[in-house]
Amino acid sequence: MQLITGLGFVLIMIGIWGMLTRKNMIKIVLGFSLIDTGIHIIMVSIGYIKGRTAPILNKAVDKAKALQEVVDPVPSVLVLTAIVIGLAVTALMLVYVVRLQKKKKSMQIDDHGELEW
Amino acid sequence: MELVILVVISLVMIAAAIMAIYSKNLISAIISAGVVSLLASIIYLLLAAPDVAMTEAAIGSGLTTVVFLYALNKMRKSGEDG
Amino acid sequence: MGKRIIVIITLALFVFISLPLVLDFIPTQELSYVSQKYVKDGPEEVGAQNLVTAIIVTYRGFDTLGEVAVLFIATAGIGFILSREKWRKRKQRCSSSILQTGTRVLLPLIIMFGIYIFINGHLTPGGGFQGGVIIASGILVYILATPKNKLIDFLISLTESISGFGYVLLGVLGLILAAGFLDNSILPLGKFGRLFSAGAIPLIYSLIGLKVGSELVNILKYLRRD
Repeated sequence: MQLITGLGFVLIMIGIWGMLTRKNMIKIVLGFSLIDTGIHIIMVSIGYIKGRTAPILNKAVDKAKALQEVVDPVPSVLVLTAIVIGLAVTALMLVYVVRLQKKKKSMQIDDHGELEW
Repeated sequence: MELVILVVISLVMIAAAIMAIYSKNLISAIISAGVVSLLASIIYLLLAAPDVAMTEAAIGSGLTTVVFLYALNKMRKSGEDG
Repeated sequence: MGKRIIVIITLALFVFISLPLVLDFIPTQELSYVSQKYVKDGPEEVGAQNLVTAIIVTYRGFDTLGEVAVLFIATAGIGFILSREKWRKRKQRCSSSILQTGTRVLLPLIIMFGIYIFINGHLTPGGGFQGGVIIASGILVYILATPKNKLIDFLISLTESISGFGYVLLGVLGLILAAGFLDNSILPLGKFGRLFSAGAIPLIYSLIGLKVGSELVNILKYLRRD
C-alpha cells in the first residue's frame, strides 16, 4: 500500500517541522512523539502482502497452507517493542522539561540559553 | 471501498497532526496527538496486525496522553507561564 | 529570517530523499526467507498458535529481555530526577464520590480483563505487553480515587521486583534443563490449541506482563507526587 507509506512520511515531516519551529518545550516533545508514530506506520506497512490475513493459525487459517495465506510477522514484532520504548523515552524527556521549568520559571526554550546548571 | 476509508482516515490524521503543532491552547494540542494515535491504531487493523493495534491503542492514546497531562499539571502549579 | 530558510531547506531535502522511496516501492509477493522458516517450523517447535507471540518469547527472546531492561532504566532515571523536591505536606482533598463508587465497580473487571489477555497470549491476539498496560490503567483509576493509600506502593514495588527476578530465573532454567536461554520446552508442549500448551510461554508472558504493568504504575506515581 503506497498510500500508507506516504502517510507515514508525511507524519514524520510534520513532526520535524514542529520540532524545529516551535518555542514551547512541550510542543517539541509532542513533535518527537509524532515522529515515532510515523516511523511505526512505515515499518508495519512494509510487511503487508495484498490479500492475506493476520499471522494467527486458528480455524480461519489452515496449518498446512499457512505459507501462502499469512502476512509477514517479523515487522510486527519489532514495532511492538518500539512502541513501549517510545513511551519510556517520551516520559523521560517530559521529566527533564519539568525540571528545567522549575529552575527558571519559563516554558520557552530561548530562556534556557547558558550551559551551567 | 477500502480506498475511500483509507483516504478519509489519512486526511483526518494529517489535520489532527497539524492542529497538534499549531494550536495555542496546550490541552487541545495534547488531545490532538491522542487522536493521531487512535487513527494509527485503526490503520494497523487494516494492515492485518492485531497485536500492534492493541498495543498502540492502549499506550498511544491512553498512557501517553495521561503522562503529558500530569507533566503539564506539575508545571502549571509551580510557575504561571505558558 | 535565516532560520526560516534553513528549516525550509531541511524539509525540502527530506522530501527529496523520501519521494523516490515511496514511488518506487514495489510491495512484496512472497514472504522473506526468515519469515518462511518461522511460519513453517513455528507450530511444531514452539506449539503456539499466535506466531507473533512465538517469535517474541522464544525465537527473539533476548530482545524482549533488553526491552524490559530499557524500561527499567527509564523508570529509574525518572525516579532519580524527581526525587530532590521537598515533599510539601499539601492538604489532599478527597476525590468525589462518583469516582470512588465507579472505581469499586470497575477495578476488578479491568484487572480480570488484563489477566485474561496475557494468559491467552499464545492463542489469540494479545500477550504480555497489552495485558500489562491494561492493568496499569486500572490501577491508575484506583490511585486517582483513593490518594491516601500507602499499602499499594509497597505491593507494586514487590510485584515488580519478583516478576523481573522470576523472568530471568526462567531463562536460566531453560539454559540448565533444555536447549538454550529462555527455551520453552522446560514444560511439556501439549496439544496444539489448548490453554495449557506451548510449554512455558504462558508463564513467561505473565511475568513480563506483570513487570511492564507495575513499572508503568511506578512512572505515574513518581509524576504524581506533590
